[in-house]
Amino acid sequence: MLNLLRKIFLLDLIQGLWVTFRYQQPKYIYTEQYPAQRPKIAERFRGAPRLNINPETGETLCIACNLCALACPENLIVVGSERDEKTKRKVLTTFTYDISRCMFCGLCEDACPVDALELTQDFELASYSREGAIWDRQMLEEGPRPTKYAW
Amino acid sequence: MPDGTFLDATELVLNMGPQHPSTHGVLRVILKLDGEKVIGTECVIGYLHRGVEKIAENRTYPQFAPYVDRMDYVAAVSNGLGYCLAVEKLLGVEVPPRAQAIRVILTELNRIASHLIWLGTHALDVGAITPLFYCMREREEILNIFEKYCGARLTTHAFRIGGLQYETYDTFESDVRAFCDMFLPKVDEYEELLTGNRIWIGRLRNVGILNAEDCKAYGVTGPLLRAAGVKWDLRKAQPYSGYEQYDFEIPTGTRGDSYDRYLVRIQEMRQSVRIIRQALDGLPGGPIMGKVPKVIKPPVGEVYVSIEAPKGELGYYIVSDGSTQPYRVRVRPPSFVNLQALDKMCRGALVADVVVVIGTIDIVLGEVDR
Ligand code: SF4
Ligand code: SF4
Repeated sequence: MLNLLRKIFLLDLIQGLWVTFRYQQPKYIYTEQYPAQRPKIAERFRGAPRLNINPETGETLCIACNLCALACPENLIVVGSERDEKTKRKVLTTFTYDISRCMFCGLCEDACPVDALELTQDFELASYSREGAIWDRQMLEEGPRPTKYAW
Repeated sequence: MPDGTFLDATELVLNMGPQHPSTHGVLRVILKLDGEKVIGTECVIGYLHRGVEKIAENRTYPQFAPYVDRMDYVAAVSNGLGYCLAVEKLLGVEVPPRAQAIRVILTELNRIASHLIWLGTHALDVGAITPLFYCMREREEILNIFEKYCGARLTTHAFRIGGLQYETYDTFESDVRAFCDMFLPKVDEYEELLTGNRIWIGRLRNVGILNAEDCKAYGVTGPLLRAAGVKWDLRKAQPYSGYEQYDFEIPTGTRGDSYDRYLVRIQEMRQSVRIIRQALDGLPGGPIMGKVPKVIKPPVGEVYVSIEAPKGELGYYIVSDGSTQPYRVRVRPPSFVNLQALDKMCRGALVADVVVVIGTIDIVLGEVDR
């Protein structure tokens, strides 16, 4: 009997509808107005790479040890270096990082002995061409350059 | 006069997928139909094949770890755990208790996330759209914890061979506890939406029945096996990563149909919360990285380690030839094996039930094709 009444009055469906009705209040709105409203990115987020420079001297922290390139599963880091005749030390010349192949696993960051290479909170990596996804040393140090157009 | 018209044709072959939204990715199923009745199915897979096992042969052991996240991307943490455990066994490395406990917390969170995706999409396939939004909302909280812990949301690469790379962040414990407190009432809410719902029961009850014998014959594991009434969970049967310390139950069903699987997975989410709470209460201190050599070069040998992933038994079989790169890595993905039973479950069912059966197996095509 009770079962029949439940059936007639659609109690099982009303129960579900009540759940959705409870969420009508505006405080349950979860929409994020993305470009206007920036998401909060965690500190450890692995996003765009950056090659840190010493803020006092403006020189790069990288010692051109090539460990990051060896650690990377995708082999996408190329470290160019030359030997400084005076100090007999290796000096960084070029550094290319192909973010189109990067999977942001963080192994390169972990491998770096001097914390020169770092994956930052920047997550907007779109570019208009494939070449734009290959970051050179300047771009890694200064951040991505805004694209310039002919018009 | 032709021998027969199309009206006499008894068998109709219909192609479903690979772009069908309810095949959960790129699964193609060839259906043989007699009217509305399915008389046979054939799966065509491989659309998402990336050769992960072959990639492993050209990577060092630590380098391969991020790739396993890309197999079952919904439960990346579990994949990483299985791989790390296998290499650790090969190396004979002991993982510190703190790392083990944190691993358990993260994998259980991931189990909840995976089941939430399953619940949302499965309900969506059947026609209930609302649960998807609610499930995604709760999953977001889990992903936020992952993001704060290891810096990535989906393909986390959270574990390293021998332990963990990252120590927990400052508010980790309170975040996870807050999630647990928030989550249990939400599970009740899903149940309010679905468990008693007449349409939901009508679509799921007695659909896709697979009894215990069939499950064993097909090698089906995970919630499908448990819904058939077999109390088999690798976390209890062969405990790994310290699961023997935790007190939890293995939910089982009786009929082995889609509805029982739904109930089993819902209960599993509750049990996961229970495990997480116990692990947090007894979170030991100490180091998070075991004694792993700088260059990982396991001795010659082979190893098979399996864990209870959200979808079933996930196994890694690794052969080492003594170099820094594995000689062979073979993955036993739960989805791939469970998908075999699709034909058995679909035979005699209606076309609309095929969608339910695919949903109830809980496949991720990244894992089926690897
Ligand atoms: S994040 Fe991973 S894939 Fe990307 S450059 Fe670093 S090591 Fe290579
Ligand atoms: S590991 Fe660090 S220091 Fe070495 S080459 Fe890479 S960025 Fe430079």
